[in-house]
Amino acid sequence: MTACLTFQDLTLGYNGHAAVHHLNGTVPVGSLTAVVGANGSGKSTLMKGISGLLKPISGRVTVSADTRIAYLPQMSELDRSFPARVIDLVSLGLWPRRGLLGRHTAQDRDVLLQALSAVGLEGFEKRAIDTLSGGQLQRALFARVLVQDANLILLDEPFNAVDMKTVTDLVALVKHWQGENRTVLAVLHDYDLVRAHFPTALLLAREAIAWGDTMDTLKPENLLRARRFHEGWDEDAPWCAANSAPGHDHAHSKVA
Amino acid sequence: MYAFFLAPFVEFSFMQRAALGAIMLSIGACPVGVFLMLRRMSLTGDAMAHAILPGAAVGFLIYGLEIVPMTIGGLVIGMIVALGAGAVSRFTVQKEDASLAAFYLISLAFGVLLVSWRGSSVDLMHVLFGTVLALNNDALILIAMIFVITLVSMAVFWRALVAECLDPLFLRSVSGLGSVVHFVFLGLVVLNLVGGFQALGTLLSVGLMMLPAAAARFWCHRVWPMCCLAVAIGIASSLSGLLFSYHASLPSGPAIILSAGVAYLVSLVFGSRGIIATQISTRRHRAA
Repeated sequence: MTACLTFQDLTLGYNGHAAVHHLNGTVPVGSLTAVVGANGSGKSTLMKGISGLLKPISGRVTVSADTRIAYLPQMSELDRSFPARVIDLVSLGLWPRRGLLGRHTAQDRDVLLQALSAVGLEGFEKRAIDTLSGGQLQRALFARVLVQDANLILLDEPFNAVDMKTVTDLVALVKHWQGENRTVLAVLHDYDLVRAHFPTALLLAREAIAWGDTMDTLKPENLLRARRFHEGWDEDAPWCAANSAPGHDHAHSKVA
Repeated sequence: MYAFFLAPFVEFSFMQRAALGAIMLSIGACPVGVFLMLRRMSLTGDAMAHAILPGAAVGFLIYGLEIVPMTIGGLVIGMIVALGAGAVSRFTVQKEDASLAAFYLISLAFGVLLVSWRGSSVDLMHVLFGTVLALNNDALILIAMIFVITLVSMAVFWRALVAECLDPLFLRSVSGLGSVVHFVFLGLVVLNLVGGFQALGTLLSVGLMMLPAAAARFWCHRVWPMCCLAVAIGIASSLSGLLFSYHASLPSGPAIILSAGVAYLVSLVFGSRGIIATQISTRRHRAA
């Protein structure tokens, strides 16, 4: 088992308050992991930390060599009023391959059309993005992830606003990725979906409550522990002294 | 026809120079204006135009009414304000509109102080409103340089600029170019405003940047055609403005900007995404 991702005592947060706290562990290459937990438990923060958009307060995330990351954020900063077509949006996914100046070839165009058809958006390539529904837009963003051809794929609540039939199609896609030895981490809220399709789960409540086989992780006692976590910041929380690594200066929330 | 439309340009070299300068300015400034508009920064150009005043004033105070020092002064101050405001918005919680307002107001107050310290109001009028009919060689060379720099930068950074406008978070996740392209773009805004200020004045050079872009928005669904149309509108407005000012003996800067204003109003009403089209087509629809 080769590690794709390694967390070493990783603490991520905002304004000196920990959102992900002293996380340790490895994500093997080709694994399919669901990241679950209550609102504010640090799931999205972990995704931002892995993708490099958020610098750790302490500890580190190590991504193995020649890993190409694709990240589908929960809150996209996409400007829907921008005059672009669906194909323009999806072609942004060619960036890792073509960069700033590389020509988009006829082959690339086929890749784009295949990606659109994989998410059920054939024939939508010329539609303006401001005419898409929320779910259609989410599928277009999913197609962009496909085009990126990454081997570490981070999906933050990817099935938001997506109808049930499409969820089934997209889940099949995700499982297909696993067959291609791509590593997938997906933030999800639907425990039934997780139990049915994701072999591994990470249950977060600022700290990792449980991490491993999905059936074990989502046992009632773990879920109960995760639910008791207090999502607010506590200005009087003690400074963490779990280890005295340099730069470690964030407040803890007291466990309610 | 010939006497009205072509003779002024054929017979008078000052008209040829004015036309050449205005065409180059249109080709450079109009696409920049399109991106300013799409990034909801339409008023940024206006703010920047005010901000470059102290730089131009310093050049004027030291060298008199000379295009090169005034331009370099404007460029330096413009860059300081653009980069300062851009940096504040990138690295603090304050958004760009607020930081830019702060920087440009400080700069403008400083500029007015400098101009009134030694200049007369006639000079101030010149700086603010320009004289396109008196473009000398230095001014034309300067406009040509800005034109080339703008086109090359836009061509190189096009994909990043579109990505930064469309989905900045995505660009940050695949590339570190987001900040670079933002600052390159702000630099182009300053360059094109400074390029326009000898011809049109600091205040009106914004007009040639924003009005064609705003007009083109009513016709196009995609960025590239929008930029091309904006350039076409810019050139047409420049030429018709020059002719109008020649025949009616009116100041050329306002005449050019008013022509662009007419193009905007026409597009607003008759454009394919304008008032009439959107109001009429609301009742007609297809079943799917």
